Amino acid sequence: MNLLEIKHVTKKFDDKLILNDINLKIKPGKIYGLLGKNGAGKSTLIKLINDLLTINEGSILVNGKEIGVDSKKIISYLPERTYLDKTLTVQETLEYFSLFYEDFDIEKAKKLVQDLNLNLNQKLNKMSKGMLEKLQLILVMSRNALLYILDEPLGGVDPATRDYILDTILNNFNEKASIIISTHLISDIERILDEVIFIDKGEIVLTMESDKLREKEKASIDEVFRRMFKC
Amino acid sequence: MEFLFDNERPIYIQISEVITLKIISNEFKPGERLPSVRDLALLAKVNPNTMQKALSYLEDIKLVTTERTNGKFVTTNLEIIKKEKEKWAHDKTLKYLQDMNILGYSKKEVIKYLEEEK
Repeated sequence: MNLLEIKHVTKKFDDKLILNDINLKIKPGKIYGLLGKNGAGKSTLIKLINDLLTINEGSILVNGKEIGVDSKKIISYLPERTYLDKTLTVQETLEYFSLFYEDFDIEKAKKLVQDLNLNLNQKLNKMSKGMLEKLQLILVMSRNALLYILDEPLGGVDPATRDYILDTILNNFNEKASIIISTHLISDIERILDEVIFIDKGEIVLTMESDKLREKEKASIDEVFRRMFKC
Repeated sequence: MEFLFDNERPIYIQISEVITLKIISNEFKPGERLPSVRDLALLAKVNPNTMQKALSYLEDIKLVTTERTNGKFVTTNLEIIKKEKEKWAHDKTLKYLQDMNILGYSKKEVIKYLEEEK
């Protein structure tokens, strides 16, 4: 069964068409890259899957059911912008999450905090942007969810930390779950992707297994993307 | 284990090449048990699915065998390992000759170079 199925989804803001007839199937046990330029519709699509915006036409099924309260329980979502309470410490934030999400594994989160060199007693407002991104990723990956959706998880961190983050994603990925990562930093992330989804001007223009695409085009995903969307 | 990838070629092919090299250079011995797919994936910093695909490819060319419950092993068939090693030797030689050819050296001159090299 598909973990996520998007059928003929259309989204408009006022009269402007943002997403046009999106169709997509996400299977369990895979890492998907949702790749597109800024403004292509990546974040809008992700917000629709998380039931944060309403669909104009079409439907979205998560684990066979229409999105709603149930789907939120099995989707772990890393939003583009931070939503954390900066007056709390890391420890307090972990406790807050374990109250909020039944599937939150606080022991795993504490271990990741240590592995990624964060401090449990530090206040969030004393942390750098990169540290906050690490913490958010820890919070999201410490849930035992079925679908992880990471919207631009690498945006504010340096290349060395990017590798850490990719390793964290890989180490915490299990075969029942799937991960969708949206990004425009393709070269940094392409080695971990099973499948790529290219989105442009509100439409899905390509979905393919990453290695198949490399084989076919004799080029990296990054290069294929650049060729296809040259300005 | 060193895994450095260029993104231009399928990752699973590159992984299978690294493991093949370990087998034909006798670092992974005939009959030796390979680490689990998951451990190998962590080592190579790739997706377990990609590692699985690389190992399936090695099974297709019979360098690796699967025992249902025990995991994956380097083949004990020395003939297969020898053939693969010869294939690599051939490919590397061909590549070297092509490079030297681009530089304008004849095969004769290449042999002279090889003999002078200690």
